[in-house]
Order: sequence, then structure tokens, then C-alpha cells
Amino acid sequence: MTKESISAKGDLRLTRLTKSYGDFTAVDDLSLVIPEGSFFALLGPSGCGKTTTLRMIAGLEEPTVGSIHLGTTDITTTKPYQRPINTVFQNYALFPHLTIFENIAFGLRRRGIKDVDAAVTKVLDLVELPHLAQRKPTQLSGGQQQRIALARAIVNRPALLLLDEPLGALDLKLRRQMQIELKWIQKEVGLTFVHVTHDQEEAMTMADTIAVMNEGQIEQMGSPADLYDNPKTAFVANFLGQSNLIKGTISGNDGDSHIVDVFGQKISLQKNRSHAVDNSIYAGIRPEKFRISRLGTPTSGNILTGGHIEDVSYIGVSTQYQVEMPWGQELMVFEQNDDGVAPFSKDEEVNISWEPIFTFGLRGDEDATAGSEVNPEELDEE
Amino acid sequence: MRKISTPYLLLLPGVAFLFTFFILPIINLAQTSTQTPVGGGDTGEFEQTLRFSNYLDAFLENKEQFGRSFVYATIATLLALAIAYPLAYAIALKGGKLKNFMLILVIAPFFTSFLLRTVAWKQILGEEGFVVPTLRTIGIISDSTTLTSTSFAVVMGMTYNFLPFMTLPLYASIDRIDPRTLEASGDLYANGFTTFRRVTLPLSMPGVVAGTLLTFIPAAGDYVNAAILGSPNTKMIGNVIESRYLKIVDYPTAAALSFTLMIVILILVTVYVRKAGTEELV
Repeated sequence: MTKESISAKGDLRLTRLTKSYGDFTAVDDLSLVIPEGSFFALLGPSGCGKTTTLRMIAGLEEPTVGSIHLGTTDITTTKPYQRPINTVFQNYALFPHLTIFENIAFGLRRRGIKDVDAAVTKVLDLVELPHLAQRKPTQLSGGQQQRIALARAIVNRPALLLLDEPLGALDLKLRRQMQIELKWIQKEVGLTFVHVTHDQEEAMTMADTIAVMNEGQIEQMGSPADLYDNPKTAFVANFLGQSNLIKGTISGNDGDSHIVDVFGQKISLQKNRSHAVDNSIYAGIRPEKFRISRLGTPTSGNILTGGHIEDVSYIGVSTQYQVEMPWGQELMVFEQNDDGVAPFSKDEEVNISWEPIFTFGLRGDEDATAGSEVNPEELDEE
Repeated sequence: MRKISTPYLLLLPGVAFLFTFFILPIINLAQTSTQTPVGGGDTGEFEQTLRFSNYLDAFLENKEQFGRSFVYATIATLLALAIAYPLAYAIALKGGKLKNFMLILVIAPFFTSFLLRTVAWKQILGEEGFVVPTLRTIGIISDSTTLTSTSFAVVMGMTYNFLPFMTLPLYASIDRIDPRTLEASGDLYANGFTTFRRVTLPLSMPGVVAGTLLTFIPAAGDYVNAAILGSPNTKMIGNVIESRYLKIVDYPTAAALSFTLMIVILILVTVYVRKAGTEELV
């Protein structure tokens, strides 16, 4: 029998965590609290340090600097097999020589738990695969293996469950279904889930809180709606969905709003949604927040005139437009096809408008393309 | 005309070769094994009399050598396994960039002749080598003890000569293990030793079985090591067969012994593979 695993529980606290490999710093002075019972996602492109962070929490890597606490217990140097933490591995890492039943029972048997049968049966019911107990992993489909990997981890009722790109190997349709299922299972078992992914949609669907990571640090942390509606940096604005970032200058104030001059036109932006540090600013607007109107049609809110439709893509629920503005920038506009109005056509001259509350402001010295060149779907696994 | 499918054509050279150089000699051997000397004939003249008691006679006469062959082969196989497993494990899981280089080192002995290397062992274990004086100095062996012409020398020679046959299949099967399953085991409350026993070892069983067979089978029939490193007291069944064939020119006994050896090995191997293959190791 192995040394008893510790029985710590509570919030997970990462304090000034750093991991370096020679000159390369994978995780850079990262501090973070993950509340007990939450579904937390670490989101970022390949190489951002999210997997390294997860491996340090699991105990598979030792931090160069910093500490990891579970509740009040310091687990920074605790061996993986002594941590009350279980992992759902990227490619599931099921034991090929054991039956599904024995795979799930593995952790229970190592800890000398008495009623293995009942616990395994219960968790197999939870993942709706009780009929597969006596099969070997290779006889299962990818989706089934994924559920067994999950069952093998949650059967131990760990204080913390880590999921390393758990749905990466599944096709799109199955992934959507599993996202909903994982969320449901998390609520059902009430464990803390820490989920690592490069897929922003996956993170947004499942997590209560998302930490967006870039180059070993956390760019921004918050609820999916927070991050989407009020990104703090260009990286977050571009990595989480798409954004139009328009360069401007704060030219005045009007109550709770800044007046921003963009290439000679005035728009307004709520002060509490601006992260600019001086007058130089990027005004950010999500493509679906824009409305397009023909010249002469009355519009309200922020208006930018002089648009020229460069491209129209009809994609069923919506139509996507590329609109070239007088200063040469092409803006992306998504219009829902729900008003019975015929779509605009290429080369029409239009104005675009939006509600001022949808505008967010970023520092004017940022790289407006940060985070947009990484296409999450095409990234390889870390 | 019916079309002959490609797989059969590809089988043809191998089948033809094995038929000529394996099946035919085996049939010939079987025929020889029940012959008896021609009455009043020359040495080496035999006639077919279907004397099956040749087998019993040959076996009873050489019980000791049979027993010794299997004992030596078993010890050599276990020693080779004990040496090769950590070696293969280290190369497969910790070899990194040096993996291929280390594998070449494992098979490097094949670049010189088997016979030559065994003769070299005679030198190493001889009075003029460094092993005996060293062991005498530390007092592990007494001044009158020698290492050549002993069962120790024969078993060591066999262990050394068959080590690559043990190492390579072990390496192949350990190398195939997904390191993540080992991490998963640690994640699921198994410490290093338990992980080895519950995951690494069961997953490397195909290599263990292949390696032990590739070592045990040739070791059981080996005669070179006993001839070069041993003495009359360490004679193995291979040595008996060799001398019956080439020196005494008693073909029927040699053939009967060969067949007996083959059958015993076949039975042992079948039992072993069955057991190793079906036994739940966990």
C-alpha cells in the first residue's frame, strides 16, 4: 500500500508560480485562486503555459518558483499519488491491459477503498456506459473512451479534477454534446473542475470562470460574458471571438462617457469600459453588435458613415459583411437574418451604427492584431 | 486461367526455402531416429528397423545432460531477464536522443563472431584475466578456485551471448508503452513500485515472453558455451548430440536426442505461452 494520500480540500491557490526550462519560461509568476466547486477554464493558444500549469497542479512537474495550496495545505512538492487530485488526460491514457471496470477501479483499489463494485457501477451509470464494464479500452469509440477517462477520475471524488484538452480528439458534433454533458456532470458531482483548452467556445460553454493565458501569464480572468463583452487587452478581444478594433483619440467627456474621435467622426464609449491609459485608444466593437443601414435611413447610437460593402457571405442564420471605411480599415459586420429585409449587396454605400454601451476601449499602444493570428482550430496539441 | 493472388506469390520463396532446408531434413531426421546399425556393416551404415526404443535408450542414457541443459538454460534466461529489463527500460523511457546509439551498442557484439566472443570469455575468466585475481583479492573466491571449466562459466557465457535477444524484444514492448499511462497511474494513487507492477510490467509482458523464448530455446540446445567454457562435468545435451553425430557417428541416437529435445522445448514453450498469455497479471 502506498503512503496515504492527503485529505486536503478547499480553494486551489497558485502563488507566484513560475516554471522555466533553461532560458524558456513556460509559466511566468502566475497567481490565481480557483474557488472550491467551480468550473474553471485555463484558455490560451498552444505554448501559452496552460498545460504546464495543469501539470504542476497535478504534481507531474515541479514549479521552479512559487507554491500551490489546496485549502490550507501546501502541496507544492507533494507526490502526484498523494494529491487528492485526478486528471482526465488529453488522449485519455486508459490502461490498455485492463477492462473498463478495472480501469475505473484502479484508483479505488490503490487507496484500499472497500466497496469498489458499488462505486464503479454508480459512476458507469453516471456516464451512461454500464454495459461496457467488461470491455477493453481499444474496443471503445473515442467518445466512450473519453467518458471512461472521466469516470476513472471522478470515481475517486477528488478535491480537484483536472481536464487536459479533454475533448480535443473528438469530432465537432460529439464535442458539443460532451460539453453539455461535462457541465451537467460537474453540477451533479459538485467537484471543482479545472479545464485546460485552446478552444474558446468550449471554455465559454462550460466554465463559470475563464482565465485567458498568453506567454505564461494570465491576460484576463472573469466570467465568459465579462471576457467577451469587456476584454481588457487586444489579445483577449481577438482570441475570444472576433473584434473590430478602431484606432481613435479621446477628445472629450460627456458625463459617464468618453467622446472618441475616430478619423474625424465622433463616437461615445462608457468610461468604465475603457482600459486606455491616456488619450490614445482602440475602440472595440464585436461584429454582431453592428447594424448596417443604407444612406439616408435614420439611425441612433454611435454612427460611422462612409462604409462601402466589399464582401457579402450569406451563412444561413446570419450574413457576414466586410465593410471598408473611409480610412481604409475593413470592419466585420454580422447581421442576423431575422428581419425579412433583403441582405445588402456588394458595393453598396452604407453607414454602420451600434449602441454605445457595446463599445469597449483598449490601450492605444497595443498591437491590434494580438491573438488574432492564432486560429485555435488549427493548433496542434501542446 | 485462375489468377494467383499476390500474397501467395510472396509466400513462395519462404515456403520453398523452408521446405528444402527444414521440412525435408526433419523428415530425414525422423527416419534416421528409428534406424539400427546394419549387422556386420561398416561404421555409419544403418538400416530402417522402426526401433522406437532408440528414444528411450537415448533419453535414459543422457538424462543428466538433458536436465543440465534445462537448468542452465533457465538460469541463463532469468539472469538475462534481470540484466536486460532495466537496460531496456532505461533505453526506452530515459534514452532520449541517445536511444538509437544505445540500441546499436546492444547489438554491437553481433559484429564479431559468436565463437570468437565465447573464446574471449575463456580469457576473461581464465587465470590470466583480471576477474579471477580481483575476486581473489576481495576474497569472494579462494586461491584454489578457478572459474573456467565450471557451470558458472557456461551459464555466464550463455547469459552474455543471448542478452541481445532478450534486450531487443523487451525494448520494443516497453518503448510502445504510452508514458501518459504511467502518469495516469501516478495520478491514480499508485507510487513508483505499484505503477511498475500494475502497469509497466503487464504492458511489457509481450516483450518478456518473446525475450525469454528467444533466449531459452537456443540456450537449451546450445553446445558452444559448454564446449569452450565448460568441462566434461558441464556437458549439455547439445554437446552429446554433437559428439554422437560427428565423433561417434551414431546417427540414430543423435537424431532421437534431437527430436526429444525439440519436443520437450515445444511442450515447455506451449505451457509457458499459455500461462503468460492468459494469466491476469493484475
